[in-house]
Amino acid sequence: MSAPFLWIFLPLTLAGLLMLLRNKKVIALIACIFTLFLTLAAWLLPIDTAITIGTVSFKLSSSFEILGRHLVLESADRSLLALIYGSTIVWFAAAPAVRTIRRLIPLGLAITALFVAALAVEPFLYAALLIEMAVLLSIPLLSAPEQRPSKGLIRFLILQTLAMPFILFSGWLLAGIEANPGDLGLVQQAAILIGLGFSFLLAVFPFYSWIPLLTEESSPYAVGFILWMFPTVTLFFGLGFLDHYAWLRDSPSLGSVLTTVGILMVVSGGLLAAFQQHLGRIMGYAVIMETGFSILTLSLVRAVGLNIFFMLLVPRILSLTVWALALTILKEHFPTLILRDMKGLVHIWPFATSGLVLANLALAGMPLLAGFPPHQAIWEGLASTSLPVAFWVLIGNLGLFFSAVRVMLAFAAAPEGANWEFHETGAQRFLLAVGFLALLLLGLFPQWVLPLWMKLPTIFTHLGQ
Amino acid sequence: MITIPNWIAFIIALVTSIGLMLHRDWRWGIGFLAIQYLSIFWLVQTHWPVSMAAAKLVTGWMACTVLGIAQLTTDSAKGTEASWPQGRLFRLFTTGIIIAATFALSLRASSWLGLGLPIAWSSLLLVGMGLLQLGISAQPFRVILGLLTVLGGFEILYAAVESSTLVAALLSVVNLGLALTGAYFLNMPQEAKP
Repeated sequence: MSAPFLWIFLPLTLAGLLMLLRNKKVIALIACIFTLFLTLAAWLLPIDTAITIGTVSFKLSSSFEILGRHLVLESADRSLLALIYGSTIVWFAAAPAVRTIRRLIPLGLAITALFVAALAVEPFLYAALLIEMAVLLSIPLLSAPEQRPSKGLIRFLILQTLAMPFILFSGWLLAGIEANPGDLGLVQQAAILIGLGFSFLLAVFPFYSWIPLLTEESSPYAVGFILWMFPTVTLFFGLGFLDHYAWLRDSPSLGSVLTTVGILMVVSGGLLAAFQQHLGRIMGYAVIMETGFSILTLSLVRAVGLNIFFMLLVPRILSLTVWALALTILKEHFPTLILRDMKGLVHIWPFATSGLVLANLALAGMPLLAGFPPHQAIWEGLASTSLPVAFWVLIGNLGLFFSAVRVMLAFAAAPEGANWEFHETGAQRFLLAVGFLALLLLGLFPQWVLPLWMKLPTIFTHLGQ
Repeated sequence: MITIPNWIAFIIALVTSIGLMLHRDWRWGIGFLAIQYLSIFWLVQTHWPVSMAAAKLVTGWMACTVLGIAQLTTDSAKGTEASWPQGRLFRLFTTGIIIAATFALSLRASSWLGLGLPIAWSSLLLVGMGLLQLGISAQPFRVILGLLTVLGGFEILYAAVESSTLVAALLSVVNLGLALTGAYFLNMPQEAKP
């Protein structure tokens, strides 16, 4: 058996089979067990090394040939596979508490498998095509058949689709640069095409308008999954570019471009979040900020920046899951999610409202919460190179913090003498409580997740050194 | 090099893309798109084997069929945009700008990529007209037509620099996926007409 078969084709097949099932609990159980198996396999099974269990001996080969090209998953990619499938478990495990489970799990599993294929395909530029397929699969996930196609969904489809030609064509130019590295004109053209391609893919300023629209119009849980998976995989794809092309990696203007883009996203995301009335849109702007932070880490000193880049991932998935789950629970009862309609909710929805505020604070980099250690490392790294840059980033963080305070004040504005009730179901309370605990514990003991991302830099031959 | 058939293919691409821009009826839209794939097929086969280029034609026609069937199962009145014909002059004017701009660009692109002018111009024209379509319409059906037009234009140019079977297969899947997405959109409840 080959590693691509195990981590790409098997999940795709299971995703197809899960579409046929009707029982939500069975779907969730099978998907959770399967993704757990894939995560453990990524953690434990070596690739291209014979394994003997009793009398049975087998070897996972790293390559799978398809139409003259290869899908390659090597031993160094195992930590990335564990991260991707491990994060998928988190989303699937909490999914039974929300209604979108029948679409989320099969489509989510297929999207995850396509993203793994995107990271495994060689030449790696073909990943743009596989990412586009994941975009197309996301459409039914983000919009139920009974809803009308929303503006955010259409923009998401257009902007993500436009990324593909730019990335593919830049690949051809990059091959030309490898053959003729002195051609500055070609280098400039390739850089512009790559920049445009990644701007569309990563929803960089000003192409991020679809994010707040989607978080406003679609199921928050499904959008949360997409907003975790898409930027994360795209950032890994981008790191692959940097790792592969020395001229790009060593370009003197790369640092300033990344810093400018990162700051634009953090500041605009934070300031716009501060004045939003819609709870979903605040989550959208927080995700934009998080992408900005990831881009900023790449502008820091290479090894340090890469470590902080990976440090951001675990707090991000925890915060996003808790935030999306809390929003989904509230949206079922308050479909508008407008702040002025949600005053005093902490008395009747204490877990959902607390989860939402805690996740918001964690992503704003509040001390004692999971987001603080990586954000503090970013502030420190930026301040050591440029104080104005660190100042602007702090402004962005303050914007998101301000939005959390506004939401908290609205939730707490209950009439005097209001009784405490718990309207969440037992499962929802349990999942949110686990989320709170994880956010708090990771803030206090960030070193606990060190083994999860310590090996990730080894995926990149040059950047990881 | 035989360029007359390429120029004919260019004229087909020009007429169909203008038709897609100006005609608001979905039947005409799908018809123009189907004919547009003929010109894409011809221009792609100048760089690819005919069998691989034919795959593009078949995929394109399958996409048109999917969209056509989806439109037939929905209310036909939805296919007509309310703004027509008020925007006719604007559309004609912007179409003219796109034709002029892509001509200027294609002169450089053809020498840079070593392609014939009709191939480079057809490609850039389709990309430009598709982008224009995406820019001026928010109707899901028109958006899908715009995206398919952009991809068609890109595929002409990309065929000149890449001949991988895997890429051809994946691009076909993406085209069909877009058509299926369009069908999904069309089966969703549409906005109420003013």
